[in-house]
Amino acid sequence: MSRTLTIKDIPREERFAPGHRMCQGCGAAILMRHITKAMPKDAIIVQATGCVEVTTTLYPETSWMHPWLHIAFENAAAGASGVEAALKVLKRKGVLPPEKDVRVVAIGGDGGTFDIGIQALSGLLERGHDVLYIVYDNEAYMNTGIQRSGATPFGAWTTTTPVGRVWHGEWRNKKDIIGIALAHRVPYVATINPAYIPDLYMKINKAMEIKGPKLIHAYSPCVPGWRYEPALTVTVARMAVQTGIWINYEVENNTLNVTTPVPKRKPVREYLRLHGRFRHLTDEEIEKIQEFVDKQVAYVNKLAGKEVIGPVEK
Amino acid sequence: MSAKLPSWKEVPVGAVILEPGSTRRYKTHEWRTLRPVIKQDKCIRCRICWMYCPDSAILELDKPYVTAASRKYEVTYDVDYDYCKGCGICAQECPVKAIDMVLEVR
Ligand SMILES: Cc1ncc(C[n+]2csc(CCOP(=O)(O)OP(=O)(O)O)c2C)c(N)n1
Ligand code: SF4
Ligand code: SF4
Ligand code: SF4
Ligand SMILES: [Mg+2]
Repeated sequence: MSRTLTIKDIPREERFAPGHRMCQGCGAAILMRHITKAMPKDAIIVQATGCVEVTTTLYPETSWMHPWLHIAFENAAAGASGVEAALKVLKRKGVLPPEKDVRVVAIGGDGGTFDIGIQALSGLLERGHDVLYIVYDNEAYMNTGIQRSGATPFGAWTTTTPVGRVWHGEWRNKKDIIGIALAHRVPYVATINPAYIPDLYMKINKAMEIKGPKLIHAYSPCVPGWRYEPALTVTVARMAVQTGIWINYEVENNTLNVTTPVPKRKPVREYLRLHGRFRHLTDEEIEKIQEFVDKQVAYVNKLAGKEVIGPVEK
Repeated sequence: MSAKLPSWKEVPVGAVILEPGSTRRYKTHEWRTLRPVIKQDKCIRCRICWMYCPDSAILELDKPYVTAASRKYEVTYDVDYDYCKGCGICAQECPVKAIDMVLEVR
């Protein structure tokens, strides 16, 4: 049924007001602008503390145009579960008509999702609430000053994984949040990336139509945390896909579908060299990251049943 | 910013904000050191700068424009200089290099 969306299909009307205090060139701002356009106007957003929350709701003003609820750092998923349950009760009591379908969306950062909010997220997914959870992943606790999180990739400098004689940035690999969601047997998970906006719309639209718990993992470039020039936000995001560091895909009814095929991959070095946070990496460390990505790509190709992500172009 | 703040009795209970999109009152143009300037004759109306701007600061206007080469367009892309923070993403992503980033002088 669904025709491929193009840039021409994006609605003109803005649903996320400017005047917010997100940094120049913030990747999460691009994501929020389009996520809010893609959602129904009466959807309820439940937002964990983090960059997006503190920069968009400086009292007494807000950038949001949807019904929007602030929740603590660790429990956006619990708050969203409560909102969804309350909507059911309101229908049962006749306050809302039974056919009225109000969608609920939770939004949290990687710290608020991979780490401190993981228990609330697991509860939401396990109980089967009809909620879309979106994690915007800037790969560290940015709002409080670039501390590492479970989403920080191997090799990255952060203020708590410094670079010096003893340490050489993060030494653990990024947590597989999609794998964690899938272990809950949820009907829909997907990844999105701000360089690929029509793909974002198709996934948010689809998630809005599917009943039950859904997780969308969003790649979210961060200018001061990743140490690159603000003009390069989309370039960095696109390079992540072209190197296979990030793969745009969705898993629906246990079937994996890569939505941005990459016939020829670029070496990860081309991605890493765009970021100041990876500047210290040695050739061996870069090789280790390349091997990790090669394995990840082979795994996704296997699940996809064909080679959708090709070999590294020499 | 020196306006008298309302007392706790005057603000809505629970810090509820009743005006959607009210950060529009706060202009972010002072963050900018570089200003994007769109060369209207060169712009091919592809929408890319509009799509990627993090601050909704590229306006898509139903304003016809005829280029020097007599090409007629129904829409015009203009920068909203109230909110543009000068990140340069639009200029970086424009496929035909129709946007220049020029130094702000105040
Ligand atoms: C229980 C609790 N601990 C710590 C904080 C302080 N805090 C606020 S936001 C934040 C980091 C958020 O990181 P992340 O979720 O990755 O979002 P980002 O700021 O990177 O967008 C922290 C530690 C808090 N608000 N609540
Ligand atoms: S610190 Fe990073 S994520 Fe936070 S507002 Fe700035 S660019 Fe965006
Ligand atoms: S410089 Fe940045 S904020 Fe200004 S219009 Fe271009 S993309 Fe938007
Ligand atoms: S990206 Fe360039 S060509 Fe496309 S609409 Fe913007 S200014 Fe015009
Ligand atoms: Mg974060």
